[in-house]
Amino acid sequence: MLPSDFAELEPYSDWILGSERERYAKRLASGMADMQAFYDAAFPLLDRATTHLDTFPLDDLPEPERNLMLLMFSLVMVSFPIEVWKQPRVPDSGAAYLDVIAEPQV
Amino acid sequence: MPHFSKPEAGSWTEQYPELGTSPVNYEDSIDPAYYEAEREAIFKRTWLNVGRVEQVPKPGHYFTKELAAAGTSLIIVRGRDQQVRAFHNVCRHRGNKLVWNDFPGEEVKGTCRQFTCKYHAWRYDLTGKLTFVQQEGEFFDLDKDDYGLKEVACDIWEGFVFVNLDPQQGLREYLGDMAKGLEGYPFHEMTDVFTYKAEVGSNWKLFIDAFAEFYHAPVLHQKQATKEEAEKLLGYGFEALHYELHSPHSMISSWGGMAPPKDPSMVKPIERELRSGLFGPWDRPDIAGLDPLPAGVNPARHRSWGTDSFVLFPNFMLLLWAPGWYLTYHYWPTAVDKHLFEANLYFVPAKTARERLAQELTAVTFKEYALQDGNTLEATQTMLKGRYVTDFPLNDQEILLRHLHKVVRDYVKEHADAAE
Ligand code: FES
Ligand SMILES: [Fe+2]
Repeated sequence: MLPSDFAELEPYSDWILGSERERYAKRLASGMADMQAFYDAAFPLLDRATTHLDTFPLDDLPEPERNLMLLMFSLVMVSFPIEVWKQPRVPDSGAAYLDVIAEPQV
Repeated sequence: MPHFSKPEAGSWTEQYPELGTSPVNYEDSIDPAYYEAEREAIFKRTWLNVGRVEQVPKPGHYFTKELAAAGTSLIIVRGRDQQVRAFHNVCRHRGNKLVWNDFPGEEVKGTCRQFTCKYHAWRYDLTGKLTFVQQEGEFFDLDKDDYGLKEVACDIWEGFVFVNLDPQQGLREYLGDMAKGLEGYPFHEMTDVFTYKAEVGSNWKLFIDAFAEFYHAPVLHQKQATKEEAEKLLGYGFEALHYELHSPHSMISSWGGMAPPKDPSMVKPIERELRSGLFGPWDRPDIAGLDPLPAGVNPARHRSWGTDSFVLFPNFMLLLWAPGWYLTYHYWPTAVDKHLFEANLYFVPAKTARERLAQELTAVTFKEYALQDGNTLEATQTMLKGRYVTDFPLNDQEILLRHLHKVVRDYVKEHADAAE
């Protein structure tokens, strides 16, 4: 599903999700250990992934590259639970919700 | 110890003596009768921003806007003559809601050549003119010219589409000098949009209150920063660079040296890696119009400027950020203790994956903050409703809240007086 240079991220392909809504839902439904494992695998490759992706036109990414982009969106999504909150949910957010209903497509 | 200077009057608030400095009564946020008065005095008579011109780029493009507070739904559509018009979303035959898809209460958008009623197929062109009546001969002296869609005043400022059900003045006059100072900002270049919506169980003004002061920021959001940084911020507290009131509108100008930070260790690893954060991507987009900025942006011309928040009365906020993007908030009341909240983040379209990822981080970060901002509201509403405490001391950094509640009070009173 991913460009061959990024095969080591294949085990995390369930994080390839096309919308913020799906990524946010997966974050809330995931345990910290799972998100930590994904973060630990993906974060060190973020710069290399970005450099690789920048060799393609953003509005016409081949399928494996698009998947890599979406995977990196998920990395951004889990960065808050991992780097800041130590829990999936935003602390002090109670029952508040905020749905993303439109976002720039890749 | 103050870090930024205050006006000669000694405080921002006292610069505007009409505001007073006494505690503010919040009955205006819990009384159902007061809400009804607001609907009449404010939402049916002021210019309301319902969107951007980019939502109707070509003739036939339209969207609907539910305005519960004004008791209507509108169709906004661009005509073949390029003019953007607004109409009450109601069929002139027997009142069927004209444009909707699966659920009548849900906003929709699309393109069409004309509007056709689902009920008996009356048709209206893009200027609202009734063009076709099914079995026209069955009607009695029906002149189609008398049954066009009911039009609503609609005007555009800097690409923002405004409507007004009963204009007391023109849009530019209403928006006044504060908005004039923003003219020329490259809003039209920032067309990649993240849209957020939520139904919030509080009065609409309470959420504006939450976003119109940053006194809360070092406290409520302290866990967002690294520990060391959070302690420092808490010690400083919050002081704005500048406030301005142009009644009924107002603005706060705030510092924000985080884009990029002086010391990268102040920020999280993902921010360092993607060069982005709450204040936006650190690398400015390469477009004209950001340097110099229009005079109304960063009005104090402060070097540490980070963001300006403009409260455009009644329910529209516009935030411009130093790194070259903007966001909007809208608060659409549906009851005294309920409103629909909408936020839109606008960026110059990313040309590279790196730029797009930087925007993604800003968008994700925005939501983390907004969830904390939104969480306090429903509990506040419940406690206010008990009326055990009715008056609240607002400090100098809460001047925009004091101003908002006063303006609402003035509009309601003026409308009631006029009706007598
Ligand atoms: S109600 Fe629209 S055609 Fe009859
Ligand atoms: Fe906040």
